[in-house]
Amino acid sequence: MSTNRDASNRRRSRGLTLSIGIALGIGALITAFPFLWMIATSLKPQRESIDFPPTILPQEPTLEWYQALFTELDFGRYFLNTIIVVAIGFIGLLLMAMAGYAFAKFDFRGRRWMFFLVLATMMIPVQVTMIPTYLILNGMKLTNTLVGIALPTLVSGFSIFLFRQFMTTIPTEMLEAARLDGAGEFRTFWQIVLPMSRPILAVQVVLTFISGWNSFLWPLIIASDQKLYTLSVGLALLNQQLAVNPSLQMAAASVMVIPILIVFIVFQRYVIQGFALSGLK
Amino acid sequence: MRNRLTPYLFVSPAMLLLITFGIFPILVAAVISTTDMNISAFASWSNVDFVGVDNYVTLFGDPDFWQALGNTGLFAVVGVPAIVVLSLATALLLNQSQNWFFRALRSFYFIPAITAIVAVSLVWSYLYNTQFGLFNYLLSLVGAEPVQWLSDPWLSKFSVGLVAVWRGTGLNIIIFLAALQGVPKEYLEAASIDGAGEWRKTFSITIPLLRFAIFFVSVTTTIAWLQFFDEPFVLTDGGPLGATTSVSIFLYKEGFRLNQFGYASAGSVVLFAIIAVITLIQLRLRRADDEY
Repeated sequence: MSTNRDASNRRRSRGLTLSIGIALGIGALITAFPFLWMIATSLKPQRESIDFPPTILPQEPTLEWYQALFTELDFGRYFLNTIIVVAIGFIGLLLMAMAGYAFAKFDFRGRRWMFFLVLATMMIPVQVTMIPTYLILNGMKLTNTLVGIALPTLVSGFSIFLFRQFMTTIPTEMLEAARLDGAGEFRTFWQIVLPMSRPILAVQVVLTFISGWNSFLWPLIIASDQKLYTLSVGLALLNQQLAVNPSLQMAAASVMVIPILIVFIVFQRYVIQGFALSGLK
Repeated sequence: MRNRLTPYLFVSPAMLLLITFGIFPILVAAVISTTDMNISAFASWSNVDFVGVDNYVTLFGDPDFWQALGNTGLFAVVGVPAIVVLSLATALLLNQSQNWFFRALRSFYFIPAITAIVAVSLVWSYLYNTQFGLFNYLLSLVGAEPVQWLSDPWLSKFSVGLVAVWRGTGLNIIIFLAALQGVPKEYLEAASIDGAGEWRKTFSITIPLLRFAIFFVSVTTTIAWLQFFDEPFVLTDGGPLGATTSVSIFLYKEGFRLNQFGYASAGSVVLFAIIAVITLIQLRLRRADDEY
């Protein structure tokens, strides 16, 4: 009797899982649909992309818009600028790792209030600091430079906090041993602390790449010269062209989105871990 | 001596940047908000005059500011429950099974959260386009008239908000999934033995145990809506007629289009105060809840 009921229960729960799976699958398709639509449209000739009724898949696929982005428009330069901004971001990552290490493994005067400042900056919204930061950068003559674009977001309180949390778990004896062997402080950091922090470093590298690649507000405010545009600003300018050529726009959007999708697919574990960690702050 | 300097060498580059671009700007904003500073200050500082609280007085008499404030409030009041409920429901469903299919689906829900807003907005404006957009085509299939997704004052609020909800759920789903790992299996098994069904278990055991995660997500989502900027900026530029202008958009336009640095700084100080007060209230509510 009871085994019978168990079996029917199990069957019912399998049926439930199946129907939830189908519902979630449909939800996932709807969520991802704008991206599928973007890629499909980027391969359509212009006439087809403004056709009504729209076609789902391109009837005569073409790569001409991707070509146009890099030949007729300056997307090659925007691409390079974006890479440079991301690279500067990695320098910031190193500085944050160093600070996290100092907070985790050294006892020094001012540590408490400095760490308090680190935590305090996590609560300040960018809109409040937007104008003063612009004025500060202007005073430093850094407006209209790639360094100026990267500087305001170069270090974040939250990342320093994460580094500190992780590095506290590194055994102090290992650091002492390295020092006894005559390693300098920076060498200890570079050859022992950083390699041991690989899990948190991987998460942060991926997050830094994503946020640098996607950054929009600071490039928009700081870059007034077209030579300094990043992909995001170049893309925003294409906005005005919607009525003219959606295919070109979707190709440009794809150039911006596809690298992120690749990074996400390859490093998915780190990305999700990183965002789950942000739930801790 | 070398040893005592070491921590400062490690900590100072990051601290210097953090103070310059994280802390110092707040003070600057407070100071500038009491002046009439505008673009002419770049020519000569003598063009800047102290005006006391004039900017704040003007601000509270400015109908555009009130409209932006009202829009922001509306977005938060509708948007916070929408995102919290949607992401919690999705996370609960995704947690139903740990097989490969469910795990693969997680990624799909997460993609909008990590892709660039500018790119995403272009795609959505294309979908929303009145003449050749997909949404109006779908409407025409059921015989409905084409709709002005982004240029009708009320509908544009919905359209812009929808993109933000679509983008905002992914991150929170991840946070809820992480929190669901912490729900002890024994509780659910014990409830099953007592004959509780799936609904009952979800509402009587799982959701109460997720209280902290729900609270956390509500706070961060509220703050995010109060800072709402990207979607309206790219999709509508705050229009039509200010219908989607949030406080952040208002500040950006005053500051960088009209170069009214003093006036915009006063607005940003007010926004900061609003965010601080709402966060404090939420924390207080949370504490009251803990005592119970």
